Amino acid sequence: MRRIKFGLGMAAALSVALLTGCGGGASEPAKAGPAPTDLKAEITYGYWDVNQKPAMDKVISQFNQDYPNIKVTSEVTPYAQYFTKLQTQGSSNTLPDVFWMNGPNFQLYASNGQLAPMTALTDSKQVDPANYPESLNKLYSLDGKQYGVPKDFDTIALWYNKALFKQAGVAVPTADWTWDDFHKAAKTISDKLKSKGIYGVATNMSGGQEGYYDSILQAGGSIISADGKKSGYDDPKSIKGLQLWADLIADGSSPTMQQLSDTPANKWFDNGKAAMEWTGTWQVSEIKASPVKDDASVAPLPKGEQKATVIHGLANVVSAKSKNLQAAQAFQAFLGTKAAALTQANMGAANPAFNGTQQAFVDSVPSFNIKVFEDAANEYAFPFPVSKNTAAWNQLETDLLPDAFAGKKPVADVAKELADKMNALLAKE
Amino acid sequence: MTANTAARVGAPGRASTPRAPRNQRGVRATDGWWPAAFILPLFIGVAIFFLYPIVETAYLSFTASGAFGGSTFTGVENYAKLASDPQIGRSLLNTLIYTAIVLCGVPLAVGLASLVNRPGLRFAKFYRTMFFLPYVAMPVAISMVWRMIYNGDFGVLNFALSRVGINGPHWISTDGLALLSVAVLGLWISLGFNMIILSAGLKGIPVELYEAASIDGASRFRQFRQITVPLLTPSIFFVVVITVIGGFQLFDLLFVLLGSTNPAMADSQSLVYLFFNESFIKNNKGYGATIAMLILVLVSIATAIQFRLQRRWVNYV
Repeated sequence: MRRIKFGLGMAAALSVALLTGCGGGASEPAKAGPAPTDLKAEITYGYWDVNQKPAMDKVISQFNQDYPNIKVTSEVTPYAQYFTKLQTQGSSNTLPDVFWMNGPNFQLYASNGQLAPMTALTDSKQVDPANYPESLNKLYSLDGKQYGVPKDFDTIALWYNKALFKQAGVAVPTADWTWDDFHKAAKTISDKLKSKGIYGVATNMSGGQEGYYDSILQAGGSIISADGKKSGYDDPKSIKGLQLWADLIADGSSPTMQQLSDTPANKWFDNGKAAMEWTGTWQVSEIKASPVKDDASVAPLPKGEQKATVIHGLANVVSAKSKNLQAAQAFQAFLGTKAAALTQANMGAANPAFNGTQQAFVDSVPSFNIKVFEDAANEYAFPFPVSKNTAAWNQLETDLLPDAFAGKKPVADVAKELADKMNALLAKE
Repeated sequence: MTANTAARVGAPGRASTPRAPRNQRGVRATDGWWPAAFILPLFIGVAIFFLYPIVETAYLSFTASGAFGGSTFTGVENYAKLASDPQIGRSLLNTLIYTAIVLCGVPLAVGLASLVNRPGLRFAKFYRTMFFLPYVAMPVAISMVWRMIYNGDFGVLNFALSRVGINGPHWISTDGLALLSVAVLGLWISLGFNMIILSAGLKGIPVELYEAASIDGASRFRQFRQITVPLLTPSIFFVVVITVIGGFQLFDLLFVLLGSTNPAMADSQSLVYLFFNESFIKNNKGYGATIAMLILVLVSIATAIQFRLQRRWVNYV
């Protein structure tokens, strides 16, 4: 019976999408120059992370010092439902006025006319893109127009457990580690600590960002071409990047795909059952609260042909259909200021995107060596791979790659199949 | 109102006899629009929330739809894709396997329900509550707990097995085993609901029949076989229909227990999971609607067959 209700919800969502597909209408472009401070309006702000609500509330109250008559109401939706809900709202022209956006979803919204471009804000210097990492500005631009103000960013680094390295008698990772050093250390730790059920590295399978995206880039390959039209998975270098993980799993340096599916990589690491893990800035708060907090530290990712990590970050965007576009953009501009960035950093909400405001975050856990993430962003970060309908080919990765990593099929064959199917999807975009 | 209609209204049970249609037409004519007015509130709800979405889904299944509404008519293209999609066959088979396993819970529920309903059983209410509890809890919450139980490295199940010298497998991430593990959980959850329905059915069986049978010297087992089961068939029929429909709609248990990045998912996915993936992950609502239509047709056929077959084995006293 409960499942029937679920089906009904789906049907309702579908029909809402249909009912409202035909509405719409263009809205007035915002006038150049900042909005008058006596502007009176009510706008909504949509986001997903309830942990960041205190910081967001603080930012809103700071905004109200400049614009006392703009009432901002928060709409917090859990991440699991956020984009499903947002899409339904987009279909019915009821998007929040200002909301969080991520890389994989950005182009879908921008190319379908759901987002208001920031041309007026950047032309009048209310927002200066130079204040944010270049790769993030690029991530939130489409056809030469920027739509999102970067909010925060994350890069990937090698987390390791000093105590486990010591137990296995292996030297801890350094900044000039290569793939060989990394693999050898992982294998040695797995072999020496096998009786305790401890592995060298826990391969992260929650998507490419914490694993194969980085290794593909390190090998000199690519996930998608720069113009977003062609898959890079059939590039022999990309295949080398995938092979790294298949090899680690095959020789027992890493738990198997099944083990990683039952217990995700971060749990292996957090509980001292894996000595290494590739993951991002956002794990700081989780590891800080885990049993391994005193032994954990961060080193740069090992080098393949080159050093590389993907960089990703969120942005604040404005709905193109907003009824209070001027107020919404005034708020968007404020969210991109140094003051808003510092509030986020000081309250430990996120690693802010505004250049030069990350120090507070770096200082939050001195023993973790968080500076590695910031250096990665400045020195060897590659933009997060996206296209207009990223989610569609992300699903292909989820469907096809496990067989390659588990050794059920040759990596090259799977990569070729993935590239073909991905190209077919990209051709339709 | 004439005396003639008043008499008919006074005997509503008659209206459903096979000979009724001719009379009914007369009733409708003289009652005016009143009956329709009383049905209207329910009908509006059903029309808006069930009929309209079905019609729209049917339409959508002939289109390629944009991410934010707007669709272009593509004729039978989606259906051609459906016919050649290798994932459909696999997930249909998985759905059938799951349904078959969960159906095994029905005889189990009949046995348990009659045990729990034995007159004079101590703690009967306690047992009933225990069996019903899983049905009251949220399936997602249950799946989260079972995810931990089934965990291959650190799960309670494998820990227990290791104590008797068995090295347990990775239940929910091994091809073949994963679907089985989901089905066992589905069976366990449905047990409570089935038992409650069947218990109500058991209460309706007159005690005299058992008394007469025991005077005639029938054993308890024979009473069960020849009184309980035949007289319980209407309830069993209901439970089977509901279970089959529920089986075809397998999604939440699979989604939470296995998780989307599970290496065994490709081997275990159900039709509704495929529908969800197409519609809400790949933003391919047209093709998603086509899969939804397939599910609708399959459930309709399965249910129609059951209603046809029930004449052979269900006893309405």
